[in-house]
Amino acid sequence: MSQATLSLSRTRHSLAPWARIAGLTVCALLTLGPVIWTVSTSLRTPAESFDLPPRIIPTHPTTEAYHGVFDQIDVWLLALNSTLVTALIAVGQMITAGLAGYAFARLEFRFKKPLFGLVLATMMVPLQVTIVPVFLVLKSMGLTDTLLGLIVPAFPTAFGTFLMRQYFLGMPKDLGEAAMLDGAGPWRIFRSVYAPLAAPGLAIVGVLAFNYHWNEFFRPLILETSSQNYTLPLGLVSLQGNLGTGSISVVLAGVVLSMIPAVAVFVVGQRPLREGITSAGVNR
Amino acid sequence: MTNTRIPAVRPRPAAPAAVAPRPSARDRGTRLLAALFLAPTIVGIVVFTVVPIAGSVVLSLFHWNVIDSPSFAGAANYREVLGDSTVLVSFRNTLVFMVFAVALQLLIALVLALAVNGRMPVWLRSVFRSAFFFPLVLSAASISVVMKYLFNQDFGVVNWLLGLIGIAPVPWLTSENSAMAAVILVYVWQQFGFSFLLFVGGLNNIPKEIHEAAALDGATGLRKHLTVTLPLLSPTLLVASVVGIINALQVFEQPYVLTNGGPGDSTRTVVMVIYENAFEQLRFGEASAVGVLLFVLIMAVTALQFRLSRRFVHYQ
Repeated sequence: MSQATLSLSRTRHSLAPWARIAGLTVCALLTLGPVIWTVSTSLRTPAESFDLPPRIIPTHPTTEAYHGVFDQIDVWLLALNSTLVTALIAVGQMITAGLAGYAFARLEFRFKKPLFGLVLATMMVPLQVTIVPVFLVLKSMGLTDTLLGLIVPAFPTAFGTFLMRQYFLGMPKDLGEAAMLDGAGPWRIFRSVYAPLAAPGLAIVGVLAFNYHWNEFFRPLILETSSQNYTLPLGLVSLQGNLGTGSISVVLAGVVLSMIPAVAVFVVGQRPLREGITSAGVNR
Repeated sequence: MTNTRIPAVRPRPAAPAAVAPRPSARDRGTRLLAALFLAPTIVGIVVFTVVPIAGSVVLSLFHWNVIDSPSFAGAANYREVLGDSTVLVSFRNTLVFMVFAVALQLLIALVLALAVNGRMPVWLRSVFRSAFFFPLVLSAASISVVMKYLFNQDFGVVNWLLGLIGIAPVPWLTSENSAMAAVILVYVWQQFGFSFLLFVGGLNNIPKEIHEAAALDGATGLRKHLTVTLPLLSPTLLVASVVGIINALQVFEQPYVLTNGGPGDSTRTVVMVIYENAFEQLRFGEASAVGVLLFVLIMAVTALQFRLSRRFVHYQ
């Protein structure tokens, strides 16, 4: 009896891998397909852009479409805006989340629990529910239609604070205690013992922030009214609106241009990004 | 960064009495440091989240178009938006979107995570993992621009692919019957990688011995997954569905770019209605009322989920 079940399970296992890997390959192609199509179409001539079946390797590769993008929108300005906004938010979040995460993990003070509860609760508040009052707050500060108005409200990060708290909690307590016996004060303990160890955790926060804010659309759409303050996603969608020529290559070339830093983050920051997302489900 | 010095751990007297005598100066130092460390986060959260929530509730009780001074409206805005067919349709659309998008996203992610978790060369596993994760790094707005072409009825690649297996062209974005399906597909395509990563992490957390024990007991294939893997994965499933639902209820970019809410109102979502009311029609009171209703909906759905989860989630 048990002999039979064992051999049955063995045949199942010897059959499954091929089917499984073939299925996974089809799914991976479906997942990457739209991206491959975008890159290949952006390199085609307008006449070939609607070819079906879609040719992955263009017969007459051309960068014409990319010139078109630069003619229609100020790519450099948009890229500069996006870089400035994203980089400052990423650095800002690393600082605020690192400090607050450390305080919640390792310092004793009154109202610690309710304050941490407040931070966690704001993770559940959708941006869209608060956007009208946030818009009015920024307006009263004279920050609407400025890049600063995008940057400052994004500094505090509930998720980043949570992540850094978990990260600091995972560090051995003895290190700090030893330093304390050596006469180090709370600031020294943070500065010389724990902060240097936090670099990988901070990288997760930074990469997550970069990825999210580089692609952000809703807040820039509402806050930025003059086109010199647009970020790349806004510029791209406006590119699509301006387009009357019937060539989709230009729009897709713009999409490819905006993807480049995201892909760079994917290549360099893949591990931190993955760990950031995975830990959301595993750390409780 | 290089001058950091980790103080050497000296052999300490074993006596537990060595809970170092804490001078109150140090205590004060700690509290001051905590206050300084927390200030940026707490002040930011209060100014840009807590006050705005209160602001939304207050605004929802007023008529205000920014130009004239606000006038008290009481419950009038709520009566108005609850009697507005576009608002009601947007709530129905958002709920339909949420149910299908989250179910599809979790199902695809779970099946792929289980498949990737099976035996295969390490490099192949990481290729698959990267592929499924990749769409997450792209911008929802620009990917929706791309998808608009792929879902075109006449020259889109989606219909061409369907044609290969003998399915007639679908008017994806131009018919009230299929536009929402297209929006859901685009959203799921980009988002399933998030749940996928959560599941991969969750599966890695399940001790190998449990599977081996189950295999010895004769559990194989689907049965093993249903009776052993799923209960052990249930905490991760809860997180994935809570995050998935909260995100889905806030969908904006995909319908905004793909269909702009149309055809008719068939893909108009709650967030699109908030946006249109506030920033296109300057009806801030009505927009805030819709926002408060969305907030209540999200809280209610999340609370319900946690309540239901008590019966289905098993912690190890």
